[in-house]
Amino acid sequence: MPDSSPKKDRRGFLNDALRTTSVIALAGAGGFLAGRRSEGEPMVWQLDPDQCIGCGHCATYCVLDVSAVKCVNCFDMCGFCDICTGYFEMNYLALDTAAENQLCPTGAIVRQFIEEKSGQRFYEYTIDVPLCIGCGKCVIGCALMNGSLYLQVEHDRCLDCNECAIAVACPTQAFHRIPASQAEILKRRAEAVLGARGRRMMRDAGDDTQRYREGAELLERALTQRRWRQQQQSASSASSGSEGTARDA
Amino acid sequence: MPLMNDACRIGIPLATAGLMAPVAVASDLIPVPDFTEYQVPVSMPPAPDHPLWEWLNVSLLLAALLAASYIALVSRSRRNMFLLTIGSLIWFGFLYEGCICAIGSIQNVVLAVFDTSYAIPLTVVLVFLLPLGFTLFFGRVFCAAVCPLGAIQEIVAVRTTRVPSWLDHSLGLFPYIYLGLAVIYAATGTAFVICRYDPFVPMFRLSGDVNMLIFGGALLVMGVFIGRPYCRYLCPYGAVLAVLSRVSKWHTRIPPDECIKCRLCEDSCPYGAIERPSMPPARETRPAARRSLAVMLALAPLLVIGAAGLGWLMTVPLARLDHNVRLAERIHAEDTGQVEGMTDASEAFRNTGQPKEELLAMVADIRSRIRLFAVLLGAWTGLVVAVKLISLSVYRRRDEYQPDRSRCVSCGRCYWYCPCEQVRLGLIDDISELVDLETEEAKAAS
Repeated sequence: MPDSSPKKDRRGFLNDALRTTSVIALAGAGGFLAGRRSEGEPMVWQLDPDQCIGCGHCATYCVLDVSAVKCVNCFDMCGFCDICTGYFEMNYLALDTAAENQLCPTGAIVRQFIEEKSGQRFYEYTIDVPLCIGCGKCVIGCALMNGSLYLQVEHDRCLDCNECAIAVACPTQAFHRIPASQAEILKRRAEAVLGARGRRMMRDAGDDTQRYREGAELLERALTQRRWRQQQQSASSASSGSEGTARDA
Repeated sequence: MPLMNDACRIGIPLATAGLMAPVAVASDLIPVPDFTEYQVPVSMPPAPDHPLWEWLNVSLLLAALLAASYIALVSRSRRNMFLLTIGSLIWFGFLYEGCICAIGSIQNVVLAVFDTSYAIPLTVVLVFLLPLGFTLFFGRVFCAAVCPLGAIQEIVAVRTTRVPSWLDHSLGLFPYIYLGLAVIYAATGTAFVICRYDPFVPMFRLSGDVNMLIFGGALLVMGVFIGRPYCRYLCPYGAVLAVLSRVSKWHTRIPPDECIKCRLCEDSCPYGAIERPSMPPARETRPAARRSLAVMLALAPLLVIGAAGLGWLMTVPLARLDHNVRLAERIHAEDTGQVEGMTDASEAFRNTGQPKEELLAMVADIRSRIRLFAVLLGAWTGLVVAVKLISLSVYRRRDEYQPDRSRCVSCGRCYWYCPCEQVRLGLIDDISELVDLETEEAKAAS
């Protein structure tokens, strides 16, 4: 096939020109996007526990067989109650660890006696993470009292789906893309109590540098949350004034 | 302690923040007891995956693209291409479990362009750009043996039939429209529809939305008879690659050197991408062809404008994918008594005590944002149809059997059918052992 015909040349030239343009365009797009990236870092999914209503979709909509969403206990918000509304069924038969008394369908909450003080018995409630299915039953129960139990996406399990199936189903749109290093969204109150604890640790540390550092880390963790919430607020009020005022109220 | 004061101030919005159960206000909270020995523990979130995992995926993508290009253009081995296909299916499909993939990355890129608060990771940018770059030089080698969605369909395409040309051309327009839809939803931050309606990812994960599993299964069954139905009639990334592949520098060829027009490869392509040498149109039909081209050219702007108008009318249904729009419609239906009861979403909204007017204002805002994109989507659809009509009314000269660069995925099934290839491989000495060119020519003429 003779490549010298003028028609072929013209088409070849046109193709070359288009290809070169496309390569330049792709390189430009790549440069632009890479520049954008430097403003932040990889994003992961996380749910805002203040928006969570414990509907149970986290347990059923996750693409994993056992959801990547798990319950966490913010101990600094916990009352360490004997009669824990997150642990016991409403109509419990006895205040013990028998399955029929437990709210958790998989028995993932471990109840551990700590001490008795002036007639009150205190218990620690920890989550046995592999057993937790993220159904949120305990979250609703605990919300009757302190609300120290709440759901979070665990990033060692999460597949980082490009579109989170739970986020699509979430009735309050509580799922957000957050920077990977942030990893969590604390409840507003958890942020406050953890920050306070961090400051207290720093103040009482004295010569203990290890303790001082731990306190500083805790405070930083809380401040990261505050910055993120402020960012969210300014972004939403920028995109629509009405929404912003609704969040402020 | 300033932070403790904050705690009390924050506690009050907490009570109205939307928990279903009535929440105790801050002052009613049971305090952490003063323990004698016990240290109150701090729960930490587990660390995310190491970023090296993503970089491993990107380097494997690059390696697979290089291998596919080499196989398609240099070694011309269908067997090796098939082995690479299996390898890609295992890694990008079953081990990596789908996300992030080049097809879905379109949306991340669009979102990154329109939403400054979304920072796109560099690995995602590379996953998006690498196949595009390779296509510009080597054709759609990404589709051939790298994309796991293509791979799973490639394997089942064993009894393919030719799709009628009119149907193939019409259905072939859908990927462009789907691309437009994906772009408008990603740009408005509404949804990532490509990922939401991905039929094969649930198979790779062996779990997922049951509707999508059924859809994927149906596509695979269909794929036995119609080669690669997702790639040809749905894949929005394939649509982009098809355009870029047209100007690719080197593209796979059916014969290793010169085409002898023996017709043996004619039916070898399961995807209907092989084009016959074209007959120059007869002199008497030329004025009619010219007239039809003129009509198409004149029709094009009308099509674009008309479709843009249709897009305008489609705003309300298009906006319905947005959560807040659906919520507002539900609340309106509840208030006017059209439906009984409440959904989780409407109940949660009512519990926040947020006035309905604010929600409606937000919805109006969302609709007006989507309206602009809906018009653009309509215009885009019109443009796609117009370009198709024009390209169909233009005569293209072809002297040999060649793959249509936009539709060919470089799978390499046709190599084997070419007698020149058999000579190249040293399996026969001369093409006359396989084909008698004179009778073939006579047959072609008759």
